[in-house]
Amino acid sequence: MTTLVTPPGAPPVDVAPSAGRSAVRPGILPPPGARQWVPACPVTALVPGRGVAVLLPGGAQAALFLLPNGMIYAVDNLDPYARAAVLSRGLTGDRGGEPTVASPLLKQVFSLRTGAALDDPAVALPTYAVRVQAGTVRIGVPLP
Amino acid sequence: MSTTENRTDTATRAVVVVGHGMVGHRFVEALRSRDTDSTWKVVVLSEEAEAAYDRVGLSSYVGAWDRASLALAGNTYAGDDLVDLRLGTRAEHVDRDARTVTTSAGEVIAYDALVIATGSHPFVPPVPGHDSTGCFVYRTLDDLDGIRVAAESAIERAAAEGGAANGLVVGGGLLGLEAANALRLLGLTPHVVEFAPRLMPLQVDDGGGAVLERLIGSLGVQVHTGAGTSSIAAQDDGRLAVELSDGTALLTDLVVFSAGVRPSDAVARAAGLDVGERGGVVTDLACRTSDENVWAVGEVAAVEGRCYGLVAPGYTMAEVVADRLLGGEATFPGADLSTKLKLLGVDVASFGDAMATTPGALEIVHTDATKGTYAKVVVSDDAKTLLGGILVGDASAYTTLKAYVGREVPGDPGALVSPAGTELGADALPDDAVICSCNNVTKGSICGAIAEGACDLAAIKGCTNAGTTCGGCLPTVKKLLVDSGVELSKALCEHFEQSRAELFEIVASTGIRTFSGLIARYGTGTGCEICKPTVASILASTSSDHVLDGEQAALQDSNDHFLANIQKNGTYSVVPRMPGGEVTAEQLITIGQVAKDFGLYVKVTGGQRIDLFGARVEQLPAIWQRLVDVGMESGQAYGKSLRTVKSCVGSSWCRYGVQDSVGMAVDLEHRYRGLRSPHKIKFGVSGCARECAEARGKDVGVIATDKGWNLYVCGNGGQTPAHARLLASDLDDETLVRYIDRFLMFYVRTADRLQRTAPWLDALEGGLDHLKAVVCEDSLGIADDLEAAMGRHVEGYQDEWKAVLDDPEKLSRFVSFVNAPEEADPTVAFDESGPRKVPVLLGLPTVRENA
Repeated sequence: MTTLVTPPGAPPVDVAPSAGRSAVRPGILPPPGARQWVPACPVTALVPGRGVAVLLPGGAQAALFLLPNGMIYAVDNLDPYARAAVLSRGLTGDRGGEPTVASPLLKQVFSLRTGAALDDPAVALPTYAVRVQAGTVRIGVPLP
Repeated sequence: MSTTENRTDTATRAVVVVGHGMVGHRFVEALRSRDTDSTWKVVVLSEEAEAAYDRVGLSSYVGAWDRASLALAGNTYAGDDLVDLRLGTRAEHVDRDARTVTTSAGEVIAYDALVIATGSHPFVPPVPGHDSTGCFVYRTLDDLDGIRVAAESAIERAAAEGGAANGLVVGGGLLGLEAANALRLLGLTPHVVEFAPRLMPLQVDDGGGAVLERLIGSLGVQVHTGAGTSSIAAQDDGRLAVELSDGTALLTDLVVFSAGVRPSDAVARAAGLDVGERGGVVTDLACRTSDENVWAVGEVAAVEGRCYGLVAPGYTMAEVVADRLLGGEATFPGADLSTKLKLLGVDVASFGDAMATTPGALEIVHTDATKGTYAKVVVSDDAKTLLGGILVGDASAYTTLKAYVGREVPGDPGALVSPAGTELGADALPDDAVICSCNNVTKGSICGAIAEGACDLAAIKGCTNAGTTCGGCLPTVKKLLVDSGVELSKALCEHFEQSRAELFEIVASTGIRTFSGLIARYGTGTGCEICKPTVASILASTSSDHVLDGEQAALQDSNDHFLANIQKNGTYSVVPRMPGGEVTAEQLITIGQVAKDFGLYVKVTGGQRIDLFGARVEQLPAIWQRLVDVGMESGQAYGKSLRTVKSCVGSSWCRYGVQDSVGMAVDLEHRYRGLRSPHKIKFGVSGCARECAEARGKDVGVIATDKGWNLYVCGNGGQTPAHARLLASDLDDETLVRYIDRFLMFYVRTADRLQRTAPWLDALEGGLDHLKAVVCEDSLGIADDLEAAMGRHVEGYQDEWKAVLDDPEKLSRFVSFVNAPEEADPTVAFDESGPRKVPVLLGLPTVRENA
């Protein structure tokens, strides 16, 4: 796979402050460690129910979704079954309340929350933390 | 009490009650009804401008917005001269030595006895941004008025943008769920975030919480358990971006904190009264504080150090203090914390030792996922004595069970939560025929699965894998289920109980034009990859709106969303329409030039047109601009819609031809192009009986005769080939078109999702004779309707690709990366070393640590 640095023209990444998260209880925190928060797009660029692909530093890709209920999720864009970067183009929905995206190729369904393939316990997509700052959606990528 | 008599000028003594909530009011009532000699006069200080109201029923304020309806009976003490109620007046300071209370109005009131009934206040976790505009608590009528104003402006904003408005409740306890219901009644989509791994963590266990979460989720409440709120940030448009500790984020219009309460003990603290470690004014069992003239009742009281958040114990405390002031010896007996309530229409009850904390306690649980009920009883280690329990979904047994707590249970304790067993019988119909060729599943295995208890499509998919890939065999699987005698749900998917045909009728008769409107009224949840494209197709079949207009854009499968056919490496193929297989030299040259410039693999299709493979999503607009410029339009090869009308060359060139088959094919393709349908539709038109266009393998086959045209319908190639059947003979042009209009619209209205015409005809009651009657004799009296619907389609047709090229907003979605619109997807690669260009798939993706 091609390795890519921060795409030309994209704003520089910034490092999020790690303090001031006192309300979060241990045990349910995302894995610790500093992240860089890669700007993806303005919130207003997202169509509720649909996804977009975001190019990350190092060449990885995230599939970023805004659901009609306001939740924003990011999972890896690579479909592990089809071995193609397509998940951002899948249809979202829910299965028994669990927010999902279905691969546009062979329709395997993944949880947007956990990345798990819902019909295949052995497969899960990596997930990304997401935050919205000043109207910009950012994706948290662990610092090396 | 001995020193109090001479402190007032009259014979009566003075009690000052600080706080006029439910318990404060109850105290006044209790005292006044017992104090038959009128020895006490009462001054009540109420911080709120409203006299005591039913705070437990706060949610019922939503909708009617009638404060009077929540007022507690007798809360103004009209006609009772001994009660002086001061509304909007707070106690600022207590001087215990002078036995006076200074009010916020500056008045100093002397007391013989002081009753602190200040209740509690919502705990707002110190989340960054918790004080943003749009953040609320849920405690008072004024709070609800504020939430109402915010919700109404949010709904206005959302309506203007064509979206939905959301509200977030922080805290999934009893009150949090009440708040969520209030948001729901206000028209918002409520989210509930709960730290604990389950809802109502104090009342129910994990199993009950899971059932509760499902029930509440099915009502449209979005539940996020095991997650905290990390930050809240106000956005420019007034919305709040909320980040959860599980790494997800959401946009909401307002936030309601309902993360527990804290005793409002500030006045008592300032007065130097003993307070508990976790707040609350400490009292003894008589509810007397560390000052013998000061009492505390309700949520602010920590009786022997313990606070009670329910109203019933508070009422008991009020009675105790009233009794004590009149010389009685009452003590607080402790409280039964059993609860039974209906939250969002869901029964929840918890009683006795619900969490089985008694040493050796045994739990018996019965969960019924289909009914959505959870029942647990806790019994002693010898399984004889009932200790407690939890009921979710159906709490009808609460009263009986609660009565048994602490007693020996007659018979088997398991019978208390007795399950209703169901048995499913099904005939085995084994056969070698492969039904699902994607996964090589035979009829035998499917019937075997049915015999083993799989009673719906999902179950069969789960145990046989049939229909899990392309889904093309699902109508057949469904039929097997019906034939086997299982009563089959016609539900489209878990979100709609209706069949596609029923949804079509609903859309046609109600005029609902949005998926969100349809699912809100006729379905549950948020949809999936099955119902969204189905509804998108129905909406497209019933109007001429562009498939990427507004909310419809989010429903389209990837093919329809990018108006191209997705291929195995995520690139797309492009098929311009060539009606009847006709193409001009100029168009052909442009196609060749485009293929060359964009490096596309070119192949001629079975439908007499040309397919260009390997276009990346950001290349599609440039490709189509050039095709549109030479007068070509979308071939809808990506849609469940009319594909091609294949034709032979016909009477204009062929020496055998008896009719102008090319001319008819072009006319038919122009008439039905863009028509969205349950599955793809193919036509063929042959100019004579030699049938060079293979029209009898098509959904609609037209074959020339000496006198006109023979019309054949419901032929399919594909997995289960079927020859088309003769519907009518020797038709003139006009009648032919009218019959095809009727046939197509009848199919579009009544077929199942992904059901092609041949299986549709097989399943149609009355078969071909019925179809003939409907189309040729108008036996249902719907022919005019069907023709009119087709007329609207023909009238409203527009080229989907031209419309996209003319619309910068739609055009802007054709990028590989939202943050790098100029960038090509670096994972797309091709191998051109062989005889033809082919896509190269990625190696198995590297597994990174979850972010």
